[in-house]
Parts: sequence; structure tokens; C-alpha cells
Amino acid sequence: MTLAIHLAYWQQTIIKSIAVLLCLLLPAGAFVNLFLFKMSSFMQSRLGPMEAGPHGQLQLLAELGKSFQKEDIVPTKADEKLFKLAPYLIVASVLLVYVVVPFGPDAYFTNLDVGIFYALAVSSISVIGVLIAGWASANKYSLLGGLRAAGQLIAYELPMVLAVVGVVIQAGTLNMQGIVVAQANGEIFGFGALGNPFILTQLLGFIIFLVAAQAELTQTPFDMPVAESEIVAGYMTEYSGMRFLLFFIAEFASVGAFAALAATLFLGGWYLPGLDLTANYMNVLGPLILFAKIIVIAGIIFFVRFTYPRFREDQLQKVAWTFLIPLSLVNIFATAILKVLF
Amino acid sequence: MTAVSERQQLQYIAGQAADARVNVELETEGMTLNLGPQHPATHGTLRIIVRLDGEQVISADPVMGYMHRGYEKLVEVRTYPQITTLINRIDWLSSFANEVPFILAAEKLMEVEAPPRAQWIRTILFEMARVANIGLFLGEMGLQLGAMTAAFYAFRDREFVLNQIEAVTGGRFHPNFDRIGGLKDDLPKGWIDETKRVMQRMREFCDEMEVLLLGNEIFEARMRGIGVIPAEVGLSYGLSGANIRASGVDWDIRRDSKLSPLPYDQLDWTVWTHPDGDSFARYWVRMQETREATKLVDQLLDGLPGGSIMAKVPRIIKVPEGEAYVETENPLGAMGYYIISKGDLGPFRVKIRSASFNNVSIAPWVLRGVYVPDIITILGSLYFILGDIDR
Amino acid sequence: MPPKPKVPGLIKGLGVTFKEMTKTMFPNEGIKKIIPAPSKGAHTVQYPHVKEAPPTRARGVIALLEENCTVCMLCARSCPDWCIYIEGHKYKAPPRREGGKPRTVSALDRFDIDYALCMYCGICVEVCPFDALFWTPEYEYSEPRIADLLHDKERLGEWMDTVPEYEAYEAGSEAKVKKLPKKGAK
Repeated sequence: MTLAIHLAYWQQTIIKSIAVLLCLLLPAGAFVNLFLFKMSSFMQSRLGPMEAGPHGQLQLLAELGKSFQKEDIVPTKADEKLFKLAPYLIVASVLLVYVVVPFGPDAYFTNLDVGIFYALAVSSISVIGVLIAGWASANKYSLLGGLRAAGQLIAYELPMVLAVVGVVIQAGTLNMQGIVVAQANGEIFGFGALGNPFILTQLLGFIIFLVAAQAELTQTPFDMPVAESEIVAGYMTEYSGMRFLLFFIAEFASVGAFAALAATLFLGGWYLPGLDLTANYMNVLGPLILFAKIIVIAGIIFFVRFTYPRFREDQLQKVAWTFLIPLSLVNIFATAILKVLF
Repeated sequence: MTAVSERQQLQYIAGQAADARVNVELETEGMTLNLGPQHPATHGTLRIIVRLDGEQVISADPVMGYMHRGYEKLVEVRTYPQITTLINRIDWLSSFANEVPFILAAEKLMEVEAPPRAQWIRTILFEMARVANIGLFLGEMGLQLGAMTAAFYAFRDREFVLNQIEAVTGGRFHPNFDRIGGLKDDLPKGWIDETKRVMQRMREFCDEMEVLLLGNEIFEARMRGIGVIPAEVGLSYGLSGANIRASGVDWDIRRDSKLSPLPYDQLDWTVWTHPDGDSFARYWVRMQETREATKLVDQLLDGLPGGSIMAKVPRIIKVPEGEAYVETENPLGAMGYYIISKGDLGPFRVKIRSASFNNVSIAPWVLRGVYVPDIITILGSLYFILGDIDR
Repeated sequence: MPPKPKVPGLIKGLGVTFKEMTKTMFPNEGIKKIIPAPSKGAHTVQYPHVKEAPPTRARGVIALLEENCTVCMLCARSCPDWCIYIEGHKYKAPPRREGGKPRTVSALDRFDIDYALCMYCGICVEVCPFDALFWTPEYEYSEPRIADLLHDKERLGEWMDTVPEYEAYEAGSEAKVKKLPKKGAK
């Protein structure tokens, strides 16, 4: 990091650890507060939490306090070690995705050359966590939810990866920072003022990525693993108190992670056209810009979540294998041909 | 007489019961899932023991009775006004509709007829109960499938209908308004105009549900072709109401059984049927029924005759000896009361034929071979209320 | 069957929820249209701060006008739950005019309604021949202890202050609007 003062390695590590925890809690808190409490309430003609703080803004604190004082219940027949391990696996997977997201020209945790490839790979670790949670709960409903999740999450990895391949072809690099720079410096048919945000040329890929992300995050219409009205919270049924809160935070933080990936890949990341690519003040402005873009994409994800009914498991798989994958392959072919031609 | 003594008979029965318990637990083919009494999707305390092979159902057995309140025993020691209070709570969503067949049966035994204004207001409240009940179904079917917003809209717009019912009767869910010979009280000032506005609002709500749910491709994929009930099978299980009309059977007690006191034959309305017999058809038929009910209420409000609302009946009502059975087209199906009276202040025996009991009895047949999510869809589209099943 | 819509139903459904959200957030008319005011647009009422008034006929709680009660026990007999507990005694009152016989008058000792049992059906109010019981729309009388839900004579008398006047009827009705008895009219 090129900062004005020189920090020792252990000082940098502490700052990075705090920053990544912030990365986890800030999106989770913001999305729960803004979208779950308020946006869904307004859609349903009601006001949401209003008592805790002005217009219910301190409700999160109340939820935190409530979860802390709850009893730690582990079912008798459950495999205790695995039962307690599962939430941490999912949280770890989300944290690992945030490690690659660039927040500014120098504000990143690490600059891997295989950035996006690594991000998609580690996001699959959460599948193991979900399976472990479903199996170790010693509950038939959780088992059903865990198995459904395994099938769904693995099925939707493919459309996501294929949708990203189009972006990689256009950017020419797997490096996340490189993709941002490519969008900043690129031109659309010679017009360079706006840069080249890949959402314009990769609209099909963007839509496929969003649909696949909605399925990866087990949000409605793809929330069979957590089908609330059938298997009552699916793989999370037996968890209570802080453990459930970990699942919850992990779910909303992973919405933030995938929204961050979508913003970086398709919307231009931390860069806005007209700003300086290498200036030092962008290290402060960049995260804010990225956060705004994350809010927009998460807004789309939650908007769809609160409106649609859910797919059945086999219909879900059919959509993935017979609809999304051929579409993304067509996208890759078209991108490759057009890239060679132009 | 058999050569087996009573003690041996009891031992045999006990052995069978023990066997059944052990069998359920030790069955190794398939998994036994208990969609237990506490479940968000079974409309109350219905328990369904499902044997699964992966996600497919091998067999499904509903176990009812978790909400049995002993109505038919309770009414043996009560008088007719007291019974009217109790039976409001059988099917708690269609408030007024529970009282109507009972009062009609008692009036049939007493050979007294309520004046026309009372009959018209009875029909208005009956149809408003239908709008409130089926309107809730339209939204809450979305909730069963995962679209939670639709349920909120249903509850929100149902409040207007309940406010109107409260303005007349004093109670939102349990009006307790029907009396033998007429009604308890007349309509307050301004009620007719306000109710017309509310019915217009319910029509807009139906249009909203049509766009939000009926036209939604995911909804169609989840509901079309799921839980197909052919007409003969439905009739043999005793399905009634919108369930059987969605299988193509053109049967509506309001039109067919000549409920002579209630003025359905003087109004202009249609009975909606659908040939498919799947869950989508049941939803569609109920949506059209709600719209039709709002139009019926508008016609009834326009043509409301003047007059008194109570016939000449003695203060202490003693129903003469006899038996009478009256069935009406309640929101959930066909509900009937069979009253056996011995000339007392209260009936000797009342048998309640509730619609949901028969509607849910088709569950073992229709749930064979479907997936687990489809169980919820099918049971949701059959639309039963636990109070109606268990009484 | 409804015709197939041109715009896919998925998009139209999103439109419905979006419209509801904007209706809740921006209910104002005119120049104030762009200021969000969800408290005004939502259909819910923030209960302890804002209270909706129930209709006049709402069955909230039963009030007792003690002077009218003659301890005839009709209400206690006709309650489906038998939740009214009445005790009374008779005493000889002085004659109304000179040289007459002393009259037997009933006095009410105890009149309790157990609201933990009450089904709010209103048969007691309807059946009372002397207009001693009235409905009021008051509903905020919940107690931490169930035993406190037994309202005694004094408390039932206090509810009389909240009894609303009877409403007028719709046109075409033959019913006559009843009048509330004034206090001490007997």
C-alpha cells in the first residue's frame, strides 16, 4: 500500500483484519436495515420497525442484543462439532470473496492475478457449510433443505462462471483491478468519455450473472433450500441465537459480495467516468462509489426477492441447465467473434 | 356371536396398534416426514404423515383432530341463540356464513320466514363473508408459494370488508347477527355507499392479484398441471365449492338447490367453472367467484327492499319437533346443519356437515407421486380451514 | 381465460410491487409529491401513539346501569359461557303512596362479568328486558393477571360513561333508533 506513512507488516494486518470484518458487517447491516426492514415494508404498505430509534434505525442493535442473550441450543441427536462448525464455514467463504474486490487504486486486500477465478472458486465453499448444517442438524427438514441447496448451488455455478467469461474476454485479464482499468480506459465505438462499462456490451451476461447470483444466494425465486412455508428455514431450522445470526449475516454479506463482484465486472467498480484513475483521494472516494453501486444491485436482488413466488427444485434445475447455460455459451461465442472482428 | 372373548378382542386390537406404531418408525424404504401439527403451511393444526422417496411422495395420510372442540356435544346443552354464537367459530374466516344454514334449518322447522329485507341483508353479509374469505385465499396462495407480498395485500384489503361487517354487526370475525326470524339490527346510516366503495376496492384488489400472481410465469409453472382432480373422483370424495367447479362440474347450491328464502334467483350472476381441475384452475375459479360476489353485493345493495328485519317470533323460542337439513354454498364449499329437535329450547342433536372435512379427505389420493413442494401447493389450493375440519 | 399479456407477467408483477412501494413512500399530492412521507402512506397505524376509533356498534366491553337492573337473572341464564355472576336479595320498600302495601324490591349485591370467559356475543345485552346492559367500543382493558379480568359492579358502572349514542338507520328501514336511558331515570 502506498500511504503517506509507513506501516509495519503487523500493523497492516490488523488494519486489514478490521477492514474485512467491516466489509462483512457493513453490507449486511445496511441491507438488512434498508431493504429487509424498510423496502419490503413499504412494498407491503406498512412501516417496518419504528420504535427502536428514529424510524427504527437502531433495530439492528436490538436484534444483536436479543441474539446475544439467547440460549445456545444444540439438538440431542445432532453432531455437535459439525453443527457448531457449519456457520463459520459459510462466513469464511464470504470473507474470502471480499479479499479480491478492489475498493480503490491502492485500496485492496490483495491483488491476485487470477482475481475473478479465485472469487468464483471460493464462493463454492459455502456449499459445504450448507450441507454440513443440513446433515448435522439431525432434522429431516434440515436434511431436505441441505440437499436441495447442494444441488442448486452447484448447478448455478456454471452459468455464473460462463457469464463472467464474456467479461474476461473483453477485458483481456482475470485481474479484478485490471478489469476496472479496462472499463475505465475503454471506448465504445470510438466514444471514450464514458469509458466502457461492460454492462452495455455484455447485457446478456449481466442478466445471466444476476439470475445465477440470485440462485447462489438462495433468494426467492430460487430459495427452495430455505423455503419458508414448507420446510421452515431449511438447513437453518435448528440454529438459534448467535449461530442463526451468523447464518443471517453471512447471507446478507454474501449478497454484498456478489453485488460487489457484479459492480466491479459490469458497472465499472470503484471508478466513475471523469475521475482520476491513480489519484490518492480515490482511495477514500472509491469505496463510497463502490458501495453506492452495491446498493443499486442489491436493490434489484431484493426487489425480485420480495415479489416472486419460488421455483420447484426440478424447475430450478431445468432453468439452469437447459436455459441459462446455452444462453451463456451463445454470449461467449458472440463476444469472442465480436472481439476478433473489432 | 363370536367365540372370541372381549378380553381377547382388546388384546388383539392393542397388538395391532403397537404394530402400527413400530411400523411407522422402522420403515426403511423411504423417509417418513411429519408435516406436523405445527407447520406454517397447513392452515392450522393438520398433521400429514408423508412417506417420501427422495423428494417424491409415496403415500400421505392426514391426521385430523388436533383442533377438535366438540361442537356437536357443546350444542346439546345450549339454546338456539347460544348456539348461533358458538358456530361463528367453526370456520373463522367466513364469519357470517357459518350461521346462515343453521338459522335457515331452524326457521324451516319453525315454519317461519324472515321478511324480505332481512333475507336480502343476510345475503349481502353472506356474500361479503365470501369476498373476505376468498380474497384472503387469493393473497395467501402466493404466500404458500413464497411470494410474501401478495399475502400482505390480501390482509390489507380484507380489512375494509371487515370494517364494514363490524359497522353493522359489532364484530369483525364473529358477527353473531342472524336470529331465528330475521336479524338482530338494521343497517346504520351511510353503510350502503361505503360498502359499494369497498366492493370497488376489492375488485381492484382482484385485478392486482391477477397481475401479481396469475400472470406470473413462475406461478403458472408451479400451479398448472399440479394436483389434477378429475370430476368423478372429486364427486366421489365429496368435494364441493370451488374445488369441484374447477374440475368442470357445474354445481352451485345457491343456484341449484332453490334456497327459496335467499334471493339468488332474482339477481343476475354466473357460476364459473374451469375444465382443467388442477391447482391453477382452482385459483382462477376462486378469483372469478370473488369478483362475482362483489357484483352480487352491488346488485343486492341497489335493490334492497324496505321493511322490518324481524318476523313475529315469540320471545323465548322453542322449535317444534322434527328434523331439518339445510345446506348452503359457503366460501369453502357446501356446509350443512342437520337439526333434530324435540321441542325444547335447544336442539336434541345437531350434525354439522363441514366443507373442509371432505375437501381434505382427498389428500391421500391426490398427493401420490407428487414432489414435496407440490404438497403445499395442492393443499393450499384445496383451501381448508382447520376449524372447519375438526369442529 | 384471460388473454396472454404482451409484457411478460414477471415484469408486470415487479411493476405492482414497485407501484405499492411508491404509493407508500410518496402519498402527498401537489408540490410536496417528492418528499417521502411513509407514515402517511402506509396502511398501518402505529398503535400506542395513534389509535383508530372503532365503529359505534363495536363490541368492546359491556357496561351496567345498576338502577335498571331488577335481578331477573335472564342475562346470566342466557350466556353461552355462564360468565355472569349475579347475587341479589329482596327487601321491602316503603309504599309509593300513603296507605299502600309495602313493595318488594330486588337489590343487586353482586354483578360480575368474567371477561376471561366472555365470548362477546351480546346475548346478555340483547335479552335484558330493562335496558340495564349496554355495549361500548372500549377495548383497552387488558390486565397482567387473569383474575383481574373479572369486572365487578363498580367497574361495570364506570364503563357507562363510554357508551355511545345509538346511530341513525339507513333509509328504507322501519327500525326506530333507541335512546340511551339517562342516569337516575328510574
